Amino acid sequence: MGAEGSVDGVQLAPAVAAGAHSATSGPILSVSGVHRSFGGVVAVSVDEFHVDHGSIVALIGPNGAGKTTFFNVLTGFEKADGGSWHFQGHDLSGKPAYAIARAGMVRTFQTARVFPRLSVMDNVRLGATGQIGERLSSALLRWRWRPQEAELGERAAEVIEWVGLGAKRDDLAGTLSGGQRKLLELARAVMARPSLLMLDEPMAGVNPALRQSLLDRIRDLAADGVTVLFVEHDMDVVSSIAEVVVCMAEGRIIAKGTPGEVAADERVIEAYLGASSGDLRDVERDTGRAPGSAPGSDDGDGEAGS
Amino acid sequence: MLAVNLGAAAVDGLRDMVGISCCVYALASIGLNIQFGFAGLLNFGHIGSALVGAYGTAIMVNNGHPLWLAAIVGLIAAIVLGLLLGLPTLRLRADYLAIATISVAEILRVLANSVRLQDVTGGPIGISGVAKDWFSINPIPEGRYGWGSFSFNHNTLWTMILGWTLVILASLAVWGLSRSPWGRLLKAVREDEEAARALGKNVFALKLQAFVLGSAIGGAAGIVFALRGGFVTPSFFIAQTTFNWYLVVILGGVATVIGPPLGAMVYWFVISTLNSLLTQAIGNDGWWFIASTETGAVRYVLVGVTIVLLLVFRPQGLFGDREEARLGGR
Repeated sequence: MGAEGSVDGVQLAPAVAAGAHSATSGPILSVSGVHRSFGGVVAVSVDEFHVDHGSIVALIGPNGAGKTTFFNVLTGFEKADGGSWHFQGHDLSGKPAYAIARAGMVRTFQTARVFPRLSVMDNVRLGATGQIGERLSSALLRWRWRPQEAELGERAAEVIEWVGLGAKRDDLAGTLSGGQRKLLELARAVMARPSLLMLDEPMAGVNPALRQSLLDRIRDLAADGVTVLFVEHDMDVVSSIAEVVVCMAEGRIIAKGTPGEVAADERVIEAYLGASSGDLRDVERDTGRAPGSAPGSDDGDGEAGS
Repeated sequence: MLAVNLGAAAVDGLRDMVGISCCVYALASIGLNIQFGFAGLLNFGHIGSALVGAYGTAIMVNNGHPLWLAAIVGLIAAIVLGLLLGLPTLRLRADYLAIATISVAEILRVLANSVRLQDVTGGPIGISGVAKDWFSINPIPEGRYGWGSFSFNHNTLWTMILGWTLVILASLAVWGLSRSPWGRLLKAVREDEEAARALGKNVFALKLQAFVLGSAIGGAAGIVFALRGGFVTPSFFIAQTTFNWYLVVILGGVATVIGPPLGAMVYWFVISTLNSLLTQAIGNDGWWFIASTETGAVRYVLVGVTIVLLLVFRPQGLFGDREEARLGGR
């Protein structure tokens, strides 16, 4: 299987992430006063949050902290009760999910959502935005979309090689393992040429062999100037690639800093202690450096609507 | 049972297999297959599109407009119905969409049937003389063509040519669309809407396009129906007809290109042959629980049983593949 074999992190497909803007400084995404509650329960209440251009930011927090809801709100999959967020200077608050993705803010899901009965190749092709042939008015005029389709095919093939699924190109996506689906989802998202990639628990359900490959791919993207914001439970993953760690608890952001700083923050430890003993293990692992412990099997935020 | 003439029954089946009714079914099912098969939209009111197409044409002709203009108006009416029905309902869950569509189709039928609107729609009697212009340009010399009971008069043949040409054109369009990026996107949306949205695809617009396209083809089926004998009556536009079309789509193979036309042909062959056999066997005396007037109902019972068996043992239909069937049945 290609994916496990190729963990040479430096090799980067040239077509990947060509859409990313060169790393200018300043925030690519800035959020203010975003609020969301379900019934009487406050799921998200974020006063201020921003992501700098070209950075890798991890969003951590105990189960039910509101991370996934926050993600869903920012990407238009859930309505905000209030607040606004700007992406590359554009106000995206309240915009539909597809418009947000087209603006360059592309997300993946906690449980990889592939199109199971389409081939790996078709899955990746679908990632590309602005396809002429996807318009009904030109769908029957083959000559109008053929050149673009051929071009997309080449780029899709490169991206598939890049994530190490070359051998699976023509297989149905439904036949892939959980980890391979995560890689496929990443490849598909990359086809959309995102400037900000939002990964919801990229390592959930990924076996250790593929984990490294997935990490390397995320590093590749960052090296190419793509900004990455990801939700993750596993502190090993967080401390190995994130430059900035933001911790949420009960819908609020309670700490922000380098992985070391956040893990040592008393409020963070308290939040995890207050949640469940299972999550405490993650914090301990980071501070105490206990490698080889089981990857965080606690997937999913428990809050409503995740 | 009594002696039956299998050959005569089969000839009846063959005649209806190429007849206009089958043609109308094939065309309507192609439209329904775009909605239900390719886009996964559960439209239980597809007959409404045909009604609007047929009545739009008939009312225009009745008011003295030329047939070509009337047919265009009928087609536009079906497109407008698709838009009006699709805009508010396509955000609904599949089951609500089904309820909303069947309701609208019934409302339309009741309106068409209304005595108070007789001046416009003709009420229960309907509108006749729709096809005068059409028959007047018929190049086929007057007469009957065919052998024995497998025969058609020149006007029927003329409408059959139009109908089957439309079936072929619509099938080619579906074939082209299903192989285009648009078709690929439709398939992706049917599998996982959320994932498609996350990739920047306007899922609602896509569904609306598929819905309106299906509705337009349903409208064309209605127009062919109006040209069959030149008269339009509300009794054809009952909800049952939509379900017959579902049967045709499932029989032929959900989300396939040739499924609906071939499914319609098989459907009509089986229905007519059975009808002929039952009529011969039961005759005027009736048999066991079946009175002679009930043979029409009995053939539908047999067709129902066939469909149940088909769904259990061959869910992909006659011409589909298994994977697609599973998707369509979600």
